[in-house]
Amino acid sequence: MTLKTLTMTAAIALGTSAAFAEEVRVYNWSDYIDEDLLTKFQEETGLTLVYDVFDSNEVLETKMLAGGSGYDVVVPSGTFLQRQIQAGAFQPLDMSKLPNAENLWDVIKDRTAGYDPDNAYSINYMWGTTGIGANVGKVREVLGEDAPIDSLELVLNPENMEKLASCGVHFLDAPAEMIPMALKYIGEDPDSHDPDVIAKTEPVLTAVRPYIQKFHSSEYINALANGDICVAVGWSGDILQARDRAVEADNGVEIEYHAAKEGAQMWFDQMAIPVDAPNPDGAHKFLNFILDAQNMAAASNYVYYANGNKASQEHLEEDVIGDPAIYPGEETMQNLFITTPYPAKTQRAVTRLWTKIKSGT
Amino acid sequence: MRRFVLIAIPYLWLLALFLVPFFIVLKISLSDAAIARPPYIPQFDWAEGIWAFVRELDFENFIFLTEDALYWKAYLSSVKIALISTALTLLVGYPIAYGMARAPEEWRPTLMMLVILPFWTSFLIRVYAWMGILSNEGYLNQFLMWTGIISEPLIILNTPAAVYIGIVYTYLPFMILPIYAALDRLDGSLIEAAEDLGCSRAQAFWLVTIPLSRPGIIAGCFLVMIPVIGEFVIPSLLGGSGTLMIGKVLWEEFFSNRDWPVASAVAVVLLLILVIPIVLFQRNQQKQAEAEQ
Repeated sequence: MTLKTLTMTAAIALGTSAAFAEEVRVYNWSDYIDEDLLTKFQEETGLTLVYDVFDSNEVLETKMLAGGSGYDVVVPSGTFLQRQIQAGAFQPLDMSKLPNAENLWDVIKDRTAGYDPDNAYSINYMWGTTGIGANVGKVREVLGEDAPIDSLELVLNPENMEKLASCGVHFLDAPAEMIPMALKYIGEDPDSHDPDVIAKTEPVLTAVRPYIQKFHSSEYINALANGDICVAVGWSGDILQARDRAVEADNGVEIEYHAAKEGAQMWFDQMAIPVDAPNPDGAHKFLNFILDAQNMAAASNYVYYANGNKASQEHLEEDVIGDPAIYPGEETMQNLFITTPYPAKTQRAVTRLWTKIKSGT
Repeated sequence: MRRFVLIAIPYLWLLALFLVPFFIVLKISLSDAAIARPPYIPQFDWAEGIWAFVRELDFENFIFLTEDALYWKAYLSSVKIALISTALTLLVGYPIAYGMARAPEEWRPTLMMLVILPFWTSFLIRVYAWMGILSNEGYLNQFLMWTGIISEPLIILNTPAAVYIGIVYTYLPFMILPIYAALDRLDGSLIEAAEDLGCSRAQAFWLVTIPLSRPGIIAGCFLVMIPVIGEFVIPSLLGGSGTLMIGKVLWEEFFSNRDWPVASAVAVVLLLILVIPIVLFQRNQQKQAEAEQ
């Protein structure tokens, strides 16, 4: 009797310790999910979810290239994903474990296949555009009623920028976003890998450099919302967050986001499984959970980014699916472009050009 | 035997925490960048033998550093920022240390505590606090506008001035503590003797106090200057895009260009710039110790 009880206790103890041992470690961008979903995942699967966040592709990439990150699911953006696949950092997805993958949206799948052929290694989480956020009131005050707030003229024409300097302009500190934008402005192929063509952006960006208060990739959210700056070149969801924060603060700041009418860059954040993931099975469970139409819709409704899940669209709130800044209309969609990763030599030239533009050296 | 163990411990420490990492970095700096995990191709492996390695040895990553003005300008700018901020820290730190050493005995532990206290808070949070103080709508500008000293906000954040303020603030304890230690040991009767022999107070300070606190000044200056040369966090948070420092260049080589070999070459050169002053400093210390005996 006593022996039996002991054995049972041991079995239960072993059972629970095994349940504790099964963890899924997810490494995603900061402020990028509805946290109720994390609880829901643990309740549905019984797995322990460890959820860490990062705020730059470069940091993630360095962890992936160094190896042994200990994560089961990571979320790199398109060009970074492509290079990391080439480096052998990810394992192919086992589609038999992802029945919900049928929910994916072909419009997005076709484009992400440019980074991940056949979408063999990744699923789309969110996507968006790089564009212009403007404090409408202040910009009109400085430039007049017909200020071109939906055009690259606003941020790349020195005449406009000289006037805007008084109320503050931030640019992304990301050459992979800014160089294609400047190329688009001068009518070149934004995805050009030719160093001579890329060099043509130097005079364009140098001409507006004196009027840029700061190059930074996240500070503009608060700065726009508080009214410290009046224009920012940034990512769609971030600027929409600034818009909502300003509305909540009721401080009279009205922010608008526009993907430039000349054409704007589209980006994709893709979920993938590192080649050395400790728990690939749990990783597939997490991906399948995210691919569920209702779960994906909950995430988009929370973070105000568009997703690549067609089936989720009927569950999206009207202020998400109906907002052209999040889900652009057919015409704007035609105008969006994607870029591919630079080869190492070109990458070095781009980084060097960017340092020169920023610091004058 | 016991003596051997005593000597071996610090050398093992040096070997494990300095030399081994240094040789790993040196090895990467002699490799070529590649799209792989990790993102470089080792140019040699031990199996092929050391001679194969020596024959293939090239310093192209180091040569590359000499070809672009960016690198030496960034090193130079970092050394300049380090020198100026060390001088500023000394100017601020010395009077504080002097005051502490001259304070009544029972106050000293409290004063010491006040100098060390900021370390209880995360360094990052303290730098972020300075962003709140120095920004255009920050506390400093609010205060100055409220008193009517200025009518337009001063632009301090994202300028070199903000970098200097951040560095002086952060590294001040490293300057104060060694100087305080030197001044605390100072025999007060020496100054009395100098004054008895006809020195004015200022002369006694200049001729007796300063020379006797010199080891503390030197230690403080090195403790500040060496980390400031490679500083990355303060210039990237408080400085503008125009603040050129080698730490930032290193970051870009590593993260933006994904060129670990060139990044490692930058790091090796930076280390040399840092090690040479330390060696000179140690020699100086030794000479002084010998002179005292």
